[in-house]
Amino acid sequence: MKIGLFIPCFINELFPHVAMATLELLESLDCEVDYPLQQSCCGQPLANNGDSKGACDAAKRFTDVFHQYDYVVAPSGSCVSHVTHHYDWYIADNRDYQQLKPKVYEIIEFLQDVLKLEKLPKPVYFPHKVSIHQSCHGLRELHHASPSELMMPYHSRLESILKLVDGVEVALPERRDECCGFGGTFCVDEPELSTAMGEDRIAQHEATGAEFIVGADPSCLMHMGGIIRHQGKTIRPLHIVEILTGRGAAA
Amino acid sequence: MKDDSVKHPQAAAEFLKDRAQAKWHDSAIWWVRQKRDAQAKQLPEWEELRRLAREIKAHTLSQLDDYLAQFEANAQKNGVTVHWAADADEHNRIVHDILAARQVKKLVKSKSMLTEECGLNPYLEQRGIEVVDTDLGERIVQLRHEAPSHIVMPAIHLKKEQISELFHKELGTEAGNNDPTYLTHAARANLREHFLTADAGLTGVNFAIAETGGVVVCTNEGNADLGTSLPPIHIASMGLEKIIPKLEHLGVFTRLLARSAIGSPVTTYTSHFHQARPGGEMHIVIVDNGRSDILGNEDFYQSLRCIRCGACMNTCPVYRRSSGFSYSYIIPGPIGSTLGPSRDMKKHGSMAFACSTCGSCSNVCPVKINLHEQLVLHRKKAFDQNLLPTGKKMGLLAMRFLTQHPALFDLGGKVMRKVVPIIPESLTRHSAWSRAGRDLPPMPAQSFKEQYQQRSQNKKDKQDKKDKEEQQ
Ligand code: SF4
Repeated sequence: MKIGLFIPCFINELFPHVAMATLELLESLDCEVDYPLQQSCCGQPLANNGDSKGACDAAKRFTDVFHQYDYVVAPSGSCVSHVTHHYDWYIADNRDYQQLKPKVYEIIEFLQDVLKLEKLPKPVYFPHKVSIHQSCHGLRELHHASPSELMMPYHSRLESILKLVDGVEVALPERRDECCGFGGTFCVDEPELSTAMGEDRIAQHEATGAEFIVGADPSCLMHMGGIIRHQGKTIRPLHIVEILTGRGAAA
Repeated sequence: MKDDSVKHPQAAAEFLKDRAQAKWHDSAIWWVRQKRDAQAKQLPEWEELRRLAREIKAHTLSQLDDYLAQFEANAQKNGVTVHWAADADEHNRIVHDILAARQVKKLVKSKSMLTEECGLNPYLEQRGIEVVDTDLGERIVQLRHEAPSHIVMPAIHLKKEQISELFHKELGTEAGNNDPTYLTHAARANLREHFLTADAGLTGVNFAIAETGGVVVCTNEGNADLGTSLPPIHIASMGLEKIIPKLEHLGVFTRLLARSAIGSPVTTYTSHFHQARPGGEMHIVIVDNGRSDILGNEDFYQSLRCIRCGACMNTCPVYRRSSGFSYSYIIPGPIGSTLGPSRDMKKHGSMAFACSTCGSCSNVCPVKINLHEQLVLHRKKAFDQNLLPTGKKMGLLAMRFLTQHPALFDLGGKVMRKVVPIIPESLTRHSAWSRAGRDLPPMPAQSFKEQYQQRSQNKKDKQDKKDKEEQQ
């Protein structure tokens, strides 16, 4: 089973430790992981701003780079959702893409659905209270949890994988799945609004008494982290793979 | 009233200057969303109802011309006069002609975003007809000479203190009395006089039933009923998408409508109108005004399933923090942001970008319109029509290029990581990222790609060394 590691562009530049944790986690679960150097951006920012030509080219490149792997795994729900849910707008008739599509996974999905992970490769003790940040695309496009708008039984991937970690206490913020206001280039198109949304979101996470905001999407964590640092707050954003690899406490 | 020059980012920033008011607006509307959740939770068949509603509407839209013809024939059989209006102007002219021919001086109106869309009030007022909006919220914004800021709760942007002040000035209520019951009674008393002296009543239409030729109007205040039973003339204005095939389909929608809109199981009044009252007249004006263009568009026709419940606004984190007035089109929020640009991309383009694509609207919508996706599809049109700000377009073109050239992409990232830490804070403070109160993330020394390559090299070196040792 050969896995192609997909590291979205901004994670590559700004959050290399999240990428490294993902790689190490997969390797310690005996996966054969390859990181193709020819990858670049999946094209989501282009698509979201209406550049269909750019988005189409990016989708083709992604397909070319990754289609020979058995699985493709990435630590970002939003980018994975773009690949699996929106490439059809651009390259629906591409046969390689259609074969690739069902093999692209967000890391937590991959651990749970493909590897059927029942215990972590090495035991992790994380005696902290964490508030779960359910990012929108992971939630409403990848169905990582039951969205509060839909009437369906409750489930949450992040919550259930955190059960494998010793000592952790999980909390859900009030308005359990409201958007943090990042929204790709929305955060710079509408800075005041985006920041206001982020401030409200952080306040809801803080109100749980948690020390960490834990999520599976570095972009939302980056946005909230920027506000947190600016305001000198003590709560910390943390990507879930950092907890699962036992690196979390160092953050 | 509504100003087409509104650009969402600026208008939103303006609204957010009064953070306390914005927070109040957000929580008042969120409260309605929670009431909706509580109601939806009580129906085990909720998702099934949404699926049915979607299918009934989808089916109707696929044969809209047949159902409209059937509706017209049946309404005529009931003695109702049916008119067709291709656009807003024709609608206004038809209504005016009916009123002028009967020397109507005063018209009472209820429940009609469509007449807002058509600009009926100023049209009639300019021609000497007094128009009185009778839904309490509509009446409040009418007295303030404003447009509604929400399609179901038109005055949700106002606090009771503001309304008290307005009523004191306009209706002579006691200064400083903010009691909602007192204020509502005062408005009622005032409206009652208008009902009694009006010569005609105009209502919107929530549902028009092809099978019976009747129309259904849902209100909580009973004002549509007063407005149609006291004056002798009833005009019903409806968008051509309001049709449902049969009476038996109505229950699906009435069960969804009030729950989605305000979180109550039913609207207080669900009134059916099939013919004029004895000695009176009933007219139905069926309005196109751009709807058939939308119907012909593969990406956007679904938006015509909308039953105007407003749930998408209540759930939208952007709408809640920026209010209806930050949108340039008369209908704000997610549904307005797809209808507006469908009408006129040049005027309403900024609405398509007033969205973080969180997708909550699509999930909450009782007829399952893919709202957040439609907004992204509108952005494609905006890009192709060259309506993006130049700076942004350049940025995207640069990104398009770099995405195809990973080595340059990496170089760009490296330059950013090296340069950002040494730029003085005074320069970055005004960037679109930082200006509203966000610090940049710390810049790591190495990208993941660099770390990975180094790691591979180290592994290889180790292996080579081991191989060499084994050979010796
Ligand atoms: S789009 Fe859906 S949620 Fe929004 S007003 Fe229309 S029916 Fe209601």
